[in-house]
Amino acid sequence: MLVTHMFRTAILLGLFAIIGTGLVALTFKYTEQPITESERKALLRSLHALIPPGSHDNDIFNDVLTVSNREYLGTDKAMRIFRARQQGRPVAVVIETVAPDGYSGNIFLLVAINQDGTLLGVRVGKHKETPGLGDVIEIERSDWVLGFTDKNLNNPGAPGWRVKKDGGEFDQFTGATITPRAVVKAVYRTLLFYQAQGDALFVEDK
Amino acid sequence: MDNRYSGISSDGLWHNNIGFVQLLGLCPLLAVSSTVINALGLGLATLFVLVASNLSVSVIRNLVRPEIRIPAFMLIIASFVTAIDLAMNAWLYELHKVLGIFIPLIVTNCAILGRAEAFASRTTVDRAVLDGFMMGLGFMLVLVLLGGMREVIGQGTLLANAHLMFGSMAENWTITLIDDYRGFLLAILPPGAFLGLGLLIAVKNIIDDKVTRPVVVETTLATENS
Repeated sequence: MLVTHMFRTAILLGLFAIIGTGLVALTFKYTEQPITESERKALLRSLHALIPPGSHDNDIFNDVLTVSNREYLGTDKAMRIFRARQQGRPVAVVIETVAPDGYSGNIFLLVAINQDGTLLGVRVGKHKETPGLGDVIEIERSDWVLGFTDKNLNNPGAPGWRVKKDGGEFDQFTGATITPRAVVKAVYRTLLFYQAQGDALFVEDK
Repeated sequence: MDNRYSGISSDGLWHNNIGFVQLLGLCPLLAVSSTVINALGLGLATLFVLVASNLSVSVIRNLVRPEIRIPAFMLIIASFVTAIDLAMNAWLYELHKVLGIFIPLIVTNCAILGRAEAFASRTTVDRAVLDGFMMGLGFMLVLVLLGGMREVIGQGTLLANAHLMFGSMAENWTITLIDDYRGFLLAILPPGAFLGLGLLIAVKNIIDDKVTRPVVVETTLATENS
């Protein structure tokens, strides 16, 4: 008697689990498209903020090179490189990159580099850093990320590309060092990537 | 437990208010109430979950066995919160980004499980839905009140960033009450939220004292005669 009772109770709980999961799956299916669309719009806004529309005449969102480079871009996943051109000549790139050593995992970044190797800007995309502590890297929360503009591999030199706590030039935040440290390292790696690849990044993607 | 519709409503909005009396769900309450729009966003999400959860729990109250009722309630609540999180990500993308982790954290709001266990699982569907709605409304009231206070004192505005919720037509809804306001940082930080909530509870208690004292005197007289 007790066993049948337990059995029935367990089945009942399993049923609840199935219904609950079903609801979530259904919602996921119906929201997948709008979410992808919203993320695309947000990416476009970031691209326009990083590379002023007047400086290029191509469709930067669709002029894409897809690469996979774990050593420099932090992940095995395919990362997009958006190319900006003016009258066919290379003007700048925006490189998707990842800081895999954030406090709570991957931090997705957009790094805009001018054709001469100078940073045009950095923006933070998806991340799971602590609200109020690590999320200060977002431009909506503070100006910290604007500190990357106009920097390059020589400004500061290699020892300067760290947070102040590690002897470098970039501020860390009160109560959050790991997050800015990860971002600084990722931006530096992306600059090295750009220097190593050079013009190969502007090749037309077949 | 007051079972009349009016009793349920007044309990949810005032006498047993989640934020003023039960003091549940304080984590999201204090973290997200820095502006009116943020408070409104989380308040509406919590209201929806409360209604949906109370409705579901009341519908299945005779099917679920006592031993598994808490896990079953949690499954229901977690499913609704996940659905709401996805829906906000899809249709209120910017607000979803601002509220961030506090939307999934609605699951940990003790008030929701509390109402499911203490009320919805023991009463009819119509009362459970009303209770969920009124409790949610009461919680939203506290959120918006606190949000308004903190926004005015902290940054001198009301309804800043209204477009996050109401779209581009709300871009100029911001009411700037104090021009060129340097901002009072304490109000925006969590300690300011604690202080603000404490002040609001104190005001509520003062109002309660002034309103209910005559009733208390009457009851005492009645018992002396019997």
